[in-house]
This record gives sequence, C-alpha cells and structure tokens, in this order.
Amino acid sequence: MINWFKKGEHWIWFSASAVSISVVLVVGLVLMIAYKGLAHFWPHAVYEFNLNNQGSVEQVVGEIYDTKYKEVSYQDEAGIAHKAQVKQYLIKVGNRDIYGIDFRWISANDLVSQTLKKADNIFVLERYEWGNVYGKLNYIQINGHKYPVNAQNMTLVKKTLAKSQQLRGKIKHIEKMDIGSINYDLERLRLDKKKLRLTGSFTTDKQAEFAEQSQLLNKQFEQFQKQLTVLYSQRKALGEVVLTIAGGQKVHVQIKNIVKLWQPNEMSLLEELSFFFQSMGHFLIDDPREANTEGGIFPAIIGTITMVILMTIFVMPLGVVAAVYMSEYAKEGFLLRLVRISINNLAGVPSIVFGIFGLGFFVYILGGSIDDLFYSYAQPSPTFGTPGLLWASLTMALLTLPVVIVSTQEGLSRVPMSLREGGLALGATRSETIMKIVLPMSLPAIMTGLILAVARAAGEVAPLMLVGVVKLAPELPIDFNAPFVHLDRKFMHLGFQIYDVGFQSPNVEASQPLVYATALLLIVIIVSLNVGAIIIRNRLREKYKSLSH
Amino acid sequence: MQNSESLKTKFGLGKVKAMLANLTFGRSIHYRNNVDRAWRYVISIGGIGVIVFVMLIMFFLMYVVVPLFAPATVSEKASYAIPGPADSPTLFYELDEYKETGIRVSQSGVVTGFNVQTGKVLFSAKLNFSGASITSFTQIEDSERLMAFGLSNGQVQIIKFGYTLTYPNDKRLVSVHLTYPFGKEGLEVSNSAIQHLAVRLDESELTLVMQDARSNSILVKKFEKTDSFMSDDVSLELSAEGSIEAPNNIKWLRLGGQGKNLYLITASGKTFFYNIANTEHIEPVQTVQLTNAAKNERITSVKFLLGSFSLMIGTNQGRVIQWFPVRGSDNLSRLQEIRHFDANSAIEGLNIEHNRKGFVSIDADQNFTLFYSTSERKMATVPLDSEANLIELSPRSDGALVEQKNGQIIFFDIENEYPEVSFYSLWDKVWYEGYDKPSYVWQSSSASADYEPKFSMVPLTFGTLKAALYSMLFAIPIAILAAIYTAFFMNKQSRAYIKPIIELIEALPTVILGFLAGLWLAPYMEAHLSGFFAIFFILPLGILLVGFGFSKLPDRLKLWVPMGARSLLMIPVVLFLGWLAMVLNNPLQEIFFHGDMRHWLTASAGIDFDQRNAMVIGFAMGFALIPTIFSVAEDALYNVPAYLVNGSLALGASGWQTIVGVVLPTASPGIFSAIMLGFGRGVGETMIVLMASGNTPLMDANLFEGMRTLAANLAVEMGEAELYSTHYRVLFLSGLLLFIFTFIFNSIAEVVRERMRKRYGSL
Repeated sequence: MINWFKKGEHWIWFSASAVSISVVLVVGLVLMIAYKGLAHFWPHAVYEFNLNNQGSVEQVVGEIYDTKYKEVSYQDEAGIAHKAQVKQYLIKVGNRDIYGIDFRWISANDLVSQTLKKADNIFVLERYEWGNVYGKLNYIQINGHKYPVNAQNMTLVKKTLAKSQQLRGKIKHIEKMDIGSINYDLERLRLDKKKLRLTGSFTTDKQAEFAEQSQLLNKQFEQFQKQLTVLYSQRKALGEVVLTIAGGQKVHVQIKNIVKLWQPNEMSLLEELSFFFQSMGHFLIDDPREANTEGGIFPAIIGTITMVILMTIFVMPLGVVAAVYMSEYAKEGFLLRLVRISINNLAGVPSIVFGIFGLGFFVYILGGSIDDLFYSYAQPSPTFGTPGLLWASLTMALLTLPVVIVSTQEGLSRVPMSLREGGLALGATRSETIMKIVLPMSLPAIMTGLILAVARAAGEVAPLMLVGVVKLAPELPIDFNAPFVHLDRKFMHLGFQIYDVGFQSPNVEASQPLVYATALLLIVIIVSLNVGAIIIRNRLREKYKSLSH
Repeated sequence: MQNSESLKTKFGLGKVKAMLANLTFGRSIHYRNNVDRAWRYVISIGGIGVIVFVMLIMFFLMYVVVPLFAPATVSEKASYAIPGPADSPTLFYELDEYKETGIRVSQSGVVTGFNVQTGKVLFSAKLNFSGASITSFTQIEDSERLMAFGLSNGQVQIIKFGYTLTYPNDKRLVSVHLTYPFGKEGLEVSNSAIQHLAVRLDESELTLVMQDARSNSILVKKFEKTDSFMSDDVSLELSAEGSIEAPNNIKWLRLGGQGKNLYLITASGKTFFYNIANTEHIEPVQTVQLTNAAKNERITSVKFLLGSFSLMIGTNQGRVIQWFPVRGSDNLSRLQEIRHFDANSAIEGLNIEHNRKGFVSIDADQNFTLFYSTSERKMATVPLDSEANLIELSPRSDGALVEQKNGQIIFFDIENEYPEVSFYSLWDKVWYEGYDKPSYVWQSSSASADYEPKFSMVPLTFGTLKAALYSMLFAIPIAILAAIYTAFFMNKQSRAYIKPIIELIEALPTVILGFLAGLWLAPYMEAHLSGFFAIFFILPLGILLVGFGFSKLPDRLKLWVPMGARSLLMIPVVLFLGWLAMVLNNPLQEIFFHGDMRHWLTASAGIDFDQRNAMVIGFAMGFALIPTIFSVAEDALYNVPAYLVNGSLALGASGWQTIVGVVLPTASPGIFSAIMLGFGRGVGETMIVLMASGNTPLMDANLFEGMRTLAANLAVEMGEAELYSTHYRVLFLSGLLLFIFTFIFNSIAEVVRERMRKRYGSL
C-alpha cells in the first residue's frame, strides 16, 4: 500500500476523477436545464388534494411544482418528542384573480389521504391575463344561449377559440402594423416639421402640404379605428365559459381571453406530445405577457438575432483585415508585437468594461455628437444619444473582435506557403493572391471565427445591460416601416431576459420554468454554434493536412 | 516572346501593346499595382486599428477619470464697490443659483439686491423691526434661505429670502422677495436685547436657543408649528422651555444634530456640549477643548458643515479643525476631533458650500482657500487684493463672492466639480459623519440631500479578490489535475472528445450559470450545507478507496480498464459519492450541528450567514473558470517534448513521478500563465457575481457572506449614475482599475507563455 502511494498512483486517480467531475458537472448542468426547460411545455397532470382544515375539508386542485421535506417536531401520545421529515408539496393552484397567488405549499400532514389523486374532468385554461384557471367546466354561454358540456359542444368551443385567435391576430395586425406604421409616419411628419421650422424654411406651402398629409394619415387612422371597433365587438360576442374552481366559486371566462384550454388528465400520449410541441412553438413565436413571466420570447429572439447580425457586419471586415495584416503584411517586430498584445488584452478585458466604454464613448460622446449634428430638431429627446441597437452591436463587435482575428489568423497560417508563392510567381500582385487564393481558402476559418463570435455575443449580457437592452421593448428593432432596421431603438435579448425574469420578476416561482426554457434555448443555440465551429475547424485541419503533404 | 515578335510584324507595335493589355490581365499593370498598394494601406491601417481600439478604451477611461483628481480652477469675474450702505457692516450675503442676483443684508437692516456680475444695485429696502435694531443673527436652513434675527427689543424675527423667476419678453429676470413664514410680528422671547441666537427648524418644531443682554442664563424654547386652517400661514406656539446657567465668555452658540446638540463655544476653545432633547432636563454632555490650548490657539470662526453635524473651527494659527459627535461605547455621543486642514495663516472667516461637504476659509495672508472635508483636499488657494471680511459661496458652489476690507467686492467663478474623492478617500479609511470610527465604505447615493457620498474602492476591490480567490480554490485543483490527466494519460480519441466537452463550459453564457447559482444552488446549498462540506472528505476518500481497490484486482480485470479510460470509470463513482454526500447531509447535521448546520453557524458559532455567499460564488464561478485554466494548462503539458517523458520513464520513474519530476517543472510557466488567465477572468466576471453574491459591499473574508465586486458594482450602478457626476467618474475609475488589473494579469501570462515557447523551441 505504501508503495502504491509512493508511486503516486492515488494522484493519477485524483486526476482521472478531476476529469470525471468536470464532465459530470457540464453534462449534469446541461441535462438539468434541458429537463427543467422542457418540462415547462409538457401538460402536467392536475391533482386533487383534500386538506383537513379544523374539522372541515378543504379542496385544493393544481399541478405539483415541487416537493421537499421539512423537519417537523411533534409529541406522541406518551408525550415524547419526535422529529419527522414531512413531505411538502408546492402546488400551482392558478386562479390568481381569485386566490391572489398562483402557488401554495401544502404539508402532507394535512392531507386526508396520502395517495395522490388526479382530478377528474378538470380543465386548464390559459388566459391572456391572470394566468391559468383550473376548474370543472359547467356550461358554455354564447349569445345568451347556454350549452351544456358534451363532446359536440366542446368542438363548438374549440371552433370559437380558433375564431377568437383569428380575430386576435387581425386586431394585432391592425394595431401593430397598420396603426403602428401610421404612428410612425405621423411622428416622422412631426419631426420633419420641427426640422423645417428650425432651419426657417417652413413656408405656408409646406404647411399646407404637411396639414394635408397628416389629415390623410388621420383619416386612415380613423378607418382602422372603425375596423377595430367592429373586430372588438365581434370578439366580445364570442361568449364565455363558466367553470367551478376548487372552493366552489364560479368563474366566468370570456372566450376571447383564453389562450388555450386542455384537459391534462384525459390526454393520450399522442395528444400530450402534440401539446408539448405546440407549446414549444408558441413559446418561440408569441409575445411575452404579464411582465415577461408568461407567453413567449419572440421579441427577445428577434432582438438577439438583429443585434448579432449587425455585429457581424461590423466585426467581420475589421477582424479579417486585422488578421490579414498580421499574417500577410506585418513584419516581425515591435509593431506586430504591439498588435498581439492589444488583441490579447482585448480578449482579456472584462466584458463589463466594454459596456461602460460603449456607454461613455459610443452612446454619450458619439451618439451625443450625432444628435447635435443631425437630429438637433428632435431634441431634447435623444435619438442616438441614448443606448440602442447600433451602440450595442458596435460594443459587441469590439468585444468579439479577438475571437474573429484569432480564428482567421489560424486559418491563414494553415494555407500552404506554396500556394501563395504560386500565385505570386504567376504574376498576381500580393493583394490579388490574398483576395483570390488565400482568403477563399481560409473562408471556413473565418466562418468559424464568426460563429464563435456570434455565440459569444448571444450569451453575453453584462455590457448589453448598459448599451441598449431593455426588459420590455415597445417595438421590434426591425419592422416594415422604412428604413426597416431601426438602429436607434432599444431591444430585448435572450440572455438579459434570463437575468431580468429570473431576478427582477415579482412572481419568481411562476416565472422560473420560463427562465429555464429560455436558458435551454440559449444553450441549444450556443452549443450548436460551437459544435458547428468545431466541426468546421476539424474539417479544415484535415483538408490542409492533405494539402501540405 | 517569339509569338509576340511574329505578331509585331503582323499588326504593328501599337496594336500589339493594346492587345496585350486587353488579353493578359484585362487591366494595366500600373492600375493593378495601384490597387495592390491601396490594399496594403487599407489592411495595414486596419491591423494597426486594433492597437488604436485598445488605446482608445484605455485613454477614454482615463479621460473620464482624470478630472476627478484635477484641482479647482478659480477665475476672477468681476470687481465692484460694496453695494448698499457702506457705513454699516454686512451681516450676510445671499446668491441665487444662476449667479445673477445677490442680496446683501447690513447690520442696520438694509437689504440691497444687486447684480452679482456687475455690482449694479437692483433695489433696496429696510427691514422694519418697529424701531429695534439687529443684535444677533443666525441662519436656520441654508438650502431654504431662512434667517433669524435677534433684536434689541428681545424679539426674534424669522425671514425667508426668496428669488422669483419671471420671463418678461422671454428674458429671464430674477427678483428678490422677502416672506415671513411665521408672521410679521416677531416672537417675543425676552425683554432685553438678544445677544446670541441659534435656531433649528424641522417638520413640526422650531427650537430656539438664545442669550440676552441681562440674564446670565441660556434660554431654550421650543415652538410647535401649527398650520392655520384658513390660509397657508403657519403659527408658532410655545410648547416647552428650559434654561441653563451660561458659562463665561460664550462667543458662539451653535445648535446642531436636528436641534438636539447645543454647543456653547468660547474664543479660547473651551466648549460646552449640552443635549437639549428634553428642555425640562437639559443634560451637560461634555466640556471639551477644541483647540490646542498649550499653543494658545484661539478660535476665530465657527461654522457647521452642510447638514449641521460637523463643526468647523477656524483658529488663529491657521488651522481649520473638524469636530463632530461620535457615539461611544456607552451609547452617548461626544465631540471628537476628526481631522484638520492647514491654511497658511490665521483664519479670519469660514463659510460652507450649500450643496455638499466643502468649505472655504479666508485668512490673514489675503487668501481664500477652498477645502473639501471628506476627501481632505485643498482644492485651490486664491490671492485677494486686501484682507477679506466675508465670503459667500453660490448655491451650486460654482462661484464665490468676497467682500474685502478695502470696500471692494470680488466675484469669482469656480470650477470645482469633483472634490469628493481623493487618492486618500478612495483607498484609506475615512471617518464619515455619523460613523463611530474611520472605515472603508462604499455607499454612493442616498435620498437625503445633505448626504455624504462614500466612495471607497477598498470594499469593492476586496470583494473582487475574495470572489476570485474562492473560485480559484475550487477551479485550480480540478482544472490542473484534469489537464494533467487529459494531456498525459488519456488516449487520443478520448482526448478529442473530453477536451471540447470541458471547453464547452467556456461557451456557456455566464448569465445561465449566475441564474442557476443564485436561484437553484444557493437555496440548495443552504439546505445541504453539511452535505457540501462532506463532499470535501467523501470525494477524496472514496476515490482513494476505489483506486486502491482497483489495484488489488487481478491483472486480467485491470486490463479491462486501461489508464486512459479511468476517468470514464470514475464518472459513476463521482456521481455516487456526490449523491452519498447529499444523503449524509441530515445524519451529519444531527451528529455535529444539533440538527441544523445553518442555524448552528449563526447561533452557536456566531458566523453570519447569507444565502448568496462566497461559497456559492466559489462553486459557480470556479466552475466557469475551469475551462480557462484547463485549456491553457493542458496545452502546456501536452507540448512537453516526448523524449523528456520517455527518458524519465526509461530510467524507471513511475508515471506520476515523471509528471512531478519532469513534466510539471517543464510546463510550470504554462500552468502559471493558465492560473493568471483564470484569475484575470475571475476578477472581471460580472453576471455570476451579480446574480449570486448578494451584492453587499462588505469587508469580511467570511465564506458564508456575500460581497460586491468591481464588475458587479458597475452593472448595478452604472445605469443610475448621473452623466459626468463624481459617481459616474468613480465608476469609470473602477472600470479602469479592472482594465489595468486584467491588463497586468494577461500580460504576465503572455510573457511567460512566450518565454516557454522559446524554451521549447530550443529543446
């Protein structure tokens, strides 16, 4: 045994275990997020609990969210103190408008019977406001006519629900797209007017022109308003469903307020699966509701993508040019060393420092000057002198620059010298050799760099908090109003969504599943980007291995 | 060549040239060379641009930070004769916010409004005290411009001096008006002239302390404010009174600390401190010598700093001494000398800034000097033409009006935006108002207007290092050991998978790690504290047992698991040991900690416990640092030349002996630079710390308490810092600090790595 220790065998086992620990931690973390994130979409069974409540029996209906054990001290008949671990259930009871809170802890000690019982015939209604309703459906009321609950009438409800969604879509289209674009035009008109006034060229002709235009827009607006009134009244006429919830209260839910309705305890596996995928789809394409704690994350996805694409446009030329300089043009010496040190430091500077640089330099100094020069008519409200999309992507471009440079440089160094020499020997200039031979050959490496940069930018939050990301942006950074991409707008971001909903939300328990789902999405995006980059890089290495031999 | 020769004969020279130009390259060589040159410039500029960016970041941060340490600039703006009656001395001056209009009130009760920039008299009025003259005067609230006059007929009159803004013809016009918030009739408090007076006002009460010409006692009177139902008038009703016997030679009577602390100050420096919270029973708290009596130092001027808490004492020996009451161990507040400032010669007058804790002195050398109390800075010393009578600072502390003994007023513009911080106040203990001892505090803002901002970098730097060190404790062993195994024992195929998996951690967004650490790990760890500590014993012991057990297996079985696959074998073992530790949590708590370790810590061991603490950060951020260290260390180990290893093995050393004796020493610079890089990353990491550390700027190395790091502080406070305020610049300073910090660590790592590369090259 002493010999075993002397040989240092135990250290080998420790080092082997260090690898195992790292692997277990990474894989465990990803699996945990995957499980908790995916569970959010699954139709959970709804249970019925009967509680002893000082003689009477209280009924609680809801999904089990969490269980834990709590130590309880009690005395038995003989008066001896005991300690026992008692199971506690965290129940999502829903009906926030009636109970006040979505969640409640129940102790197994209070239960009449310890066996869990699924509630019969229970309906879950997801509403646009106030969260879920759990209850038994009593009847359906449409146009003052009461329909009892049966299979035929349920299809009627489903149909009405579909109609409601359709109307909602139409209304949203008019409100967001049509009226939104009118508002956009009106605002532009107002600013144009202000601009002309400032330059002193606001003539009566112009005035008439402006008045005409704004009148036209207002007329359009009124038309849309009329359409909306019709749609609203149609939606209101859709009727309502009446449910009895645990505790005996009757709840009237207008069909227009229902997102979807399902009976988790009566679903087949196939239905459950289809529900699962549908919820996932909705999560991706819906707008957030209830202060981001419900609904989807569509604006955050769009915001992240827009920011990342813009960033790519900035970082790509700069990174490639710098890499080409370093490996094709620069001579070994002080300058090159300085460039190397700079890149290393750029890579090592904490991201939050980029954030304050972005805020202080891009937003306040650059943006402030741009406002003074070109948007003085809009002041005092800032246009570019406030955090926004452009500054966020510029900051991220700076942050990801080293990633692109390092990757591109690696690609360039793998292009065999003979190819360059060949190009030069055939009479091509150096720039032609680089542009036509070297760069195309290292394209995969450049792509790798870009992918890694995108992955970094998608996951980075700290600097973005300072230079343009908000918890709830009223408008998307891209829309159908010219110039389509609005560089001055604030936007939402997946990573920031996790921080904000997870930590700033008033209803932490209710929002956690959504945060896990968002985290899962982010991890999936980033891991697949990274894996893609690794695969491309490995292919590239193989390719050049064969080239250089 | 031959071809072109023949072509030449066929078509003639000019045509051939044209053809060649068209045929071969499409464009002329000349053009192509120009393009080549242009590209060279573009690319060189782009490459050097990277340096520019880094420089830009650094210089921009400096550009924002530097004004913090610049001295104040004072420039003379105007000079004119004293407005109003020259024969009567000035009681006080008041300036408006825009440095446009000023008021001079003279001893004779003449109020003169004048243009501050030109000295032009705007209006003149006489305060009507029905024949009585002013015998004493005190300022009640500096921000409110509320003044109290003690009169020869024993009355006290309270007057508010206000400015109104009007915009006739779109031009701003400031005019002065006087209001009597407690009625035009003065308060009858005595029947003889009031010689010393001090008045304090709060929400509901007016406290008045005075000494009149006849009696030998100090009277304390409290009046309750009652709002009239009919109008906006407020009337005062006497609610309590008391008196104390007056010591001899009282020269100043000062009332501070929300009207509770009464200071009776003599010119020799002897001071009597009374607590007048209860007028029936006025308690003498302390008798204290404020100056150096041995050196015969005498008081020439006494002023409260903004907030009426600190007494600033000007002396004939050129010192300004700051005293304020400090709560002692017996819970009684006593006056304590905090710090002093040196002017060049005897102080002749003091005045204070109305928006922060600065003050100004005039001295016998015909100077005035700007000071700031918290940072102990002397901001500027300005020479005057003659000795000064009085000095008054504008409400925004951006102007000073000096009345000189030669009958002239000089008005100065002051640029003194950032006096609040100095190198000393950033890095040393500072005795803040209301604290019982000098301390390191970061507390940048508060709701109260007379708040003293506390910008100490020490708690933040401490928090940063604490977070980084605790996470390094977790990360280094795992990362280095894993690197050794991956580089040395693992076969190529497994290495190709394991390395990317571990490096994947680097790609995981830290916001996700922070979220898990804050919302999942922190409560879980709180509930399983004993289990987490058990891991540190169970894991190594378990691994040893398994390893030793394995060595006892028959060789045939051992061959099933080659050296390189041991980590695979250990995965279930590690999982099991982790699970075992968590299961053992409750029994361990029962045995060692009376059933609840968390409770035991606070109750029995006296260790404070936060749910989001350094241990959570250690685990979460340590996890995030693993790939940084692992990756660089693994590269270094992997690149150790094979012949060194083979030589050592051939000489009979075991695998581990080779590692310790040969590989580690050779690769140690690389491992060192890996640790440096990891540390640099830990210092700058923001999201994990922001979400899982609790963000309280504590100075405590306790494993169970949180911290606030420089980076997290930036994330928390940057958004709310007012543009170009001191706070904003101090935050940039912490950003610069982070930049320099990481710059140093990265550079060390880089230099060491560079050296190592060279050494391997020679091997």
